Amino acid sequence: MDLVVDTLSHAYGNVTVLQDIDLTIPSGQIVCLVGPSGCGKSTLLRMIGGLERPTQGAVRLLGEPPRDSLNPLTFVFQHFALLPWRNVEDNIRLVLEDHRLPKAEVARIIDDVLARTRLTDFAKALPKQLSGGMKQRVAIARALAVRPACMLMDEPLSALDSQTRELLMEDLISLWTREPFTAVYVTHNLAEAVRLGHRVVVLSRRPGRVHDVVDIDIPLQDRHAGMPELEKTQAHLWELMRREAQVADMELIDG
Amino acid sequence: MADTPLLAAGTLPPSRPVTPAKGQPVPFRGGGFQPVPIRGVAILVFVLLIAALELGTRTGVISNLTMPPPSAIVETLWNLAASGRLWTHLYPSLTRLVIGAAIGTTLGIAIGTMIGLFSLARAGLVPLVSALFPIPKIALLPLFVIWFGIGESSKYALIAFGTFTPTVVATFGAVDNVDRTLIRMGQSFGLSWWSVVRKIVLPGAFPGILSGLRVSIAIGIILLVAAEMLGAEHGIGAYILEAGSLYDLERLFAGVTVLSVMGVTLSWLIGLLERRFLSWRS
Ligand SMILES: Nc1ncnc2c1ncn2[C@@H]1O[C@H](COP(=O)(O)OP(=O)(O)OP(=O)(O)O)[C@@H](O)[C@H]1O
Ligand SMILES: [Mg+2]
Repeated sequence: MDLVVDTLSHAYGNVTVLQDIDLTIPSGQIVCLVGPSGCGKSTLLRMIGGLERPTQGAVRLLGEPPRDSLNPLTFVFQHFALLPWRNVEDNIRLVLEDHRLPKAEVARIIDDVLARTRLTDFAKALPKQLSGGMKQRVAIARALAVRPACMLMDEPLSALDSQTRELLMEDLISLWTREPFTAVYVTHNLAEAVRLGHRVVVLSRRPGRVHDVVDIDIPLQDRHAGMPELEKTQAHLWELMRREAQVADMELIDG
Repeated sequence: MADTPLLAAGTLPPSRPVTPAKGQPVPFRGGGFQPVPIRGVAILVFVLLIAALELGTRTGVISNLTMPPPSAIVETLWNLAASGRLWTHLYPSLTRLVIGAAIGTTLGIAIGTMIGLFSLARAGLVPLVSALFPIPKIALLPLFVIWFGIGESSKYALIAFGTFTPTVVATFGAVDNVDRTLIRMGQSFGLSWWSVVRKIVLPGAFPGILSGLRVSIAIGIILLVAAEMLGAEHGIGAYILEAGSLYDLERLFAGVTVLSVMGVTLSWLIGLLERRFLSWRS
């Protein structure tokens, strides 16, 4: 199943946030969205996930989502969005409860995703007992539990410190290598974009348009921090963004 | 920066002072603004206060016409309990409070949740609740007696009405304060509307609802006594009124003590609920 963003525009009142966005998210690939602050990345992601309606254009699904997918478009939020009153296991159970699955099947899914995110020992812990990185792993486990056709990740690592971020990035890469998933990955961090993205889409400042699309052909598992090719791509991306970011930074919010 | 170094290279002070005794310690400026529970203080305050009253009334510093000695109040209470009359007064009072408060808070939570969830309910009911909230409910007691008769129903109605408004206000405030990203999360996973309400909104609002309940229960006790003073054969309020009209200070204070114990017990029960169900809060 591919996702297509078809000449999508959006305005809040008379402020145009996104303009004529055309984008394809091919199945099995990670597409990174980068762009200056306030250019509408989160808004675009919410529209892709059906949490908000664009004023013009549409997001379309090409082909059927896989049969076993319980929630084809699944978010991973920046601030984790875990229910503080449910423990790790029950937070994952939350998103399975409405699907009337047999009990044994639910238990199997939970065990599986906890194992894949290395959280098995923390199944009974409450969110308040977990570090930021662990919370995000729970959120990723929860997303995996519904077998998404496409994961929508809004700065999933930006609330974490840089060491944790590096570890989680490795986790994401190994998750993807074992079982490729589709994802739209919004980030401010170009280093993350070149490590995780098969394709990096650079948005211009508000109103956000597609400024450039950079494909990175190196397989994810072969990439590592400080690789010269990645550094080069990152520098190129930064050049693309630099002016936009500078101007965006100076703009008044309601301008 | 480069041409005006703060400390020229080579003149850096050693990282460990040579004579550690010299120099002032940095004055401490933090602390405070963070009340912590201290065990036993509450009991100490009670004991001191009661001891002072006992001493005052025994020595005559406090006239017996204004304040009976605490020991006499305890004795009255003891006799009251031993004769079984405490229960004949306490039982109807507790029944009224429980039934009235149950009706009021249940309705309050239901209406408050609706105001929190539906724009139409909010637009229509918030002004109404704001208009009802400041009315001293005791003033409505005669009206309730006309509507519901002098019997039990008017007392239930008064307590229900009195606990209803603070519960509504607390509930919709609590629903408003539920983290919206959690609700969006629920929707993004395709949870049904009812699941979002039941599994995200209501548990998220529960702390706020419980603290509203504390206020409602206190108001409920006040109204209970007022209603019982107006017309009831039995009940703590009736007991206090009778003692007051006979100028029997010992019984009056015994009655007041029972009320106060009732309040403390109920608030302790809510505290138990909080500890049992809200341990997830950090
Ligand atoms: N619900 C809303 N109502 C009105 N304006 C909004 C709303 N949501 C976002 N905006 C505005 O739309 C613009 C884009 O917001 P968005 O959050 O999508 O940007 P972003 O690219 O994700 O920014 P950041 O990098 O800071 O996360 C911003 O100027 C923001 O103020
Ligand atoms: Mg954003």
